[in-house]
Amino acid sequence: MEVLAYLIPISLLLGGVGLVAFIYTVRSNQYEDPEGDARRILSDEWDDKPKP
Amino acid sequence: MTVQATPASAACPGCIAAPAEPVRPIPEDVQIALSLPGIHCSACISTVERELNAHPGVEDARVNLTLKRAMVKAAPDTRAVDLIPVLERAGFEAHELDPGALSATQSDKAGRDLLMRLAVAGFASMNVMLLSVSVWSGATDATRDMFHWISAAIALPAIAFSAQPFFTNAWSALRVRRLNMDVPIVLAILLALVTSIWETALSGEHAYFDAALTLTFFLLAGRYLDYRTRAAARSAAEELTALEVPRAIRLVDGTEEEVAVVNLNLGDLVLVRPGGRMPVDGEIVSGQSELDRSLLTGETLPVFAEVGLNVSAGEVNLTGPLTIRATAVGEDTSLHRMADLVAIAESGRSRYTSLADKAAKLYAPGVHILSALSFVGWYIYSGDIRTALNIAAAVLIITCPCALGLAVPAVTTAASGRLFRNGMLIKHATALERLAEVDTVVFDKTGTLTSGAPELTDLGDHSRGDLQVALALAEASSHPLSQALAKAAREAGIKPATLRDVLEVPGYGTEGLFQDQRVRLGRAAWVDGEDDEQTTAWLAIGSRPPLRFAFTDSLRAGATEAVAAFRAAGKDVILISGDTQGAVRALAGKLGIEDWIAQALPQDKAAKVQELSDQGRHVLMVGDGLNDTAALAAAHVSISPASALDAARVASDIVLLGNDLSPIAEACNTAVMATRRIRENFRIATVYNVIAVPLAVAGLATPLIAALAMSTSSITVSLNALRLR
Repeated sequence: MEVLAYLIPISLLLGGVGLVAFIYTVRSNQYEDPEGDARRILSDEWDDKPKP
Repeated sequence: MTVQATPASAACPGCIAAPAEPVRPIPEDVQIALSLPGIHCSACISTVERELNAHPGVEDARVNLTLKRAMVKAAPDTRAVDLIPVLERAGFEAHELDPGALSATQSDKAGRDLLMRLAVAGFASMNVMLLSVSVWSGATDATRDMFHWISAAIALPAIAFSAQPFFTNAWSALRVRRLNMDVPIVLAILLALVTSIWETALSGEHAYFDAALTLTFFLLAGRYLDYRTRAAARSAAEELTALEVPRAIRLVDGTEEEVAVVNLNLGDLVLVRPGGRMPVDGEIVSGQSELDRSLLTGETLPVFAEVGLNVSAGEVNLTGPLTIRATAVGEDTSLHRMADLVAIAESGRSRYTSLADKAAKLYAPGVHILSALSFVGWYIYSGDIRTALNIAAAVLIITCPCALGLAVPAVTTAASGRLFRNGMLIKHATALERLAEVDTVVFDKTGTLTSGAPELTDLGDHSRGDLQVALALAEASSHPLSQALAKAAREAGIKPATLRDVLEVPGYGTEGLFQDQRVRLGRAAWVDGEDDEQTTAWLAIGSRPPLRFAFTDSLRAGATEAVAAFRAAGKDVILISGDTQGAVRALAGKLGIEDWIAQALPQDKAAKVQELSDQGRHVLMVGDGLNDTAALAAAHVSISPASALDAARVASDIVLLGNDLSPIAEACNTAVMATRRIRENFRIATVYNVIAVPLAVAGLATPLIAALAMSTSSITVSLNALRLR
């Protein structure tokens, strides 16, 4: 059962990373325009280089 | 929208490194918000952004497709008026929005806050559930204790953070000695935590950390759904308000300046151009025109306006520019006085108790009594306070109002989404439930059943030559009657006659010279016609007796279908209008409405609605004018079209976004279905309780059973709600 000593912290850490990533996306307004973002991916503008 | 959140980062990075120049006050960039109702695809997004960014002065333009809006950051002297033609050339309809009225939707702090709590609760409950599953599948002794302690370490801070909305709600209810749905929730969560820690400390078998967290998670999901539905409605309603940018033109020593309506003072001279709406109450000091009062009184006939006439805020100026001296501004205008009528009538709505409240009233005391009884019973039977408390906690958790908390929001979200796609906006939380009970429908006429735009009725009665002259005169004016005449004549293939010296006389009509005879098209008194009840324009050619052109208010699209659908559903349809007998009788006949009232004052409308309510009927009021606001507020539930005045929209529960009236009848069916689903959901939740509660009271419930009962009931309820979509 010693393996638990690694597994539990790892599982908590991975979950925590997900949580932090989610909080980051909320804070940086990434859910303001879900429909637009879904369509923007189809546009070929800025395909060769990112928007400055 | 990232533009607003980080205004500084958009500036050039080189500026920061530049050596300190003498600091000049840099004029601030302006934010312009545009409403783009027509955009729908990725091509639209890129075209709009390209066109806007190509416009000189525009620094950054970003389209939000979900809200159908564009936010533009531009140099200080850029104005929305310059940008709208750019988009119209590219084929997009665009309207300016008042950024001030939009501010609330942009900083959506409450929604983000709930989402964050939901995320934390979800994260914690998944982790704790993993540990709990290991315990249920056979972890014992030290391993079990360690898992319980880790669960406690995750659950305590997570609940302290994410369950805060429930704590505050429950506390505010308890402080005034009342019970709401949140009191049993908080009690269940706290009791579960306390007994679980106690059990863990004594190396006990059952801990309910996972249940406390899942409970929080599901309930927060319900709250969030509820919030989202209302936020979507609020932002759309705000957009309607923002479409009317409250500006007026003030004359100071003969020069025009554009000011916000709130900054107008008593005695100010205000210029109102043709097509503009009166911003304040006042008296005309110069100019002649005609006024459209239909939004205030329901009259379709334009009123002649000349120097000395008193005008009220909200009236629309039709033909000539008018200068008015403000006699009442802001709160004192007749527009605002009407709002007082609304405040008196408001009581009708507050009497309604929502299904959720009714359920909570039955549920909350029941659960507390049941839990207390099992505690007392087990304490007497076993004499062990620990067992008794454990069982009391299990009872509270298993009867958790999880499904109840989701039952209503899940259904209203699904139903509101469906109605929104049909072009209806549900503003009030209980509007759907009230709409389902409607048995009498009261319609306003002007602007509701009719579109408010006139239509020529007797084109065939006139000779071609007369029509050519009439068309030539009509095209020289922007008066609604002229435009309707011109449209009808053009559609009939008439070509305009050649006239000389065509001149519009504001308030009267247009005149010109046709083959050296004077020709006039305008109001009866000016052309020597006879004034009658109907909407008419008269044409005089030389010394011949004047010709009469009759107009009727054209029906709004879907009006016939909506009325027919209501009658087919066995609902009483009543028409109440402030317009003249003749006009109302004609329309009622056309639509097959037997019960109609004409020349009704605003008070009469409200009184009629009140009278119907007192007879025990549930009235749906559909109206748009200021004269309808009191009736809208007095009715059991009310609907107004998007073209209605702000005051009317505020007073109504549902706003119709499109021009078509037919979704109204459909909305009633959706509401009935939604209410049925809500009741079904309550029944499902009750069935789960009926099965699980005896187990809990008997002391047979384990955390596994609690988790199963809770999750399955919540998921069934949500799936049942989704059937509405």
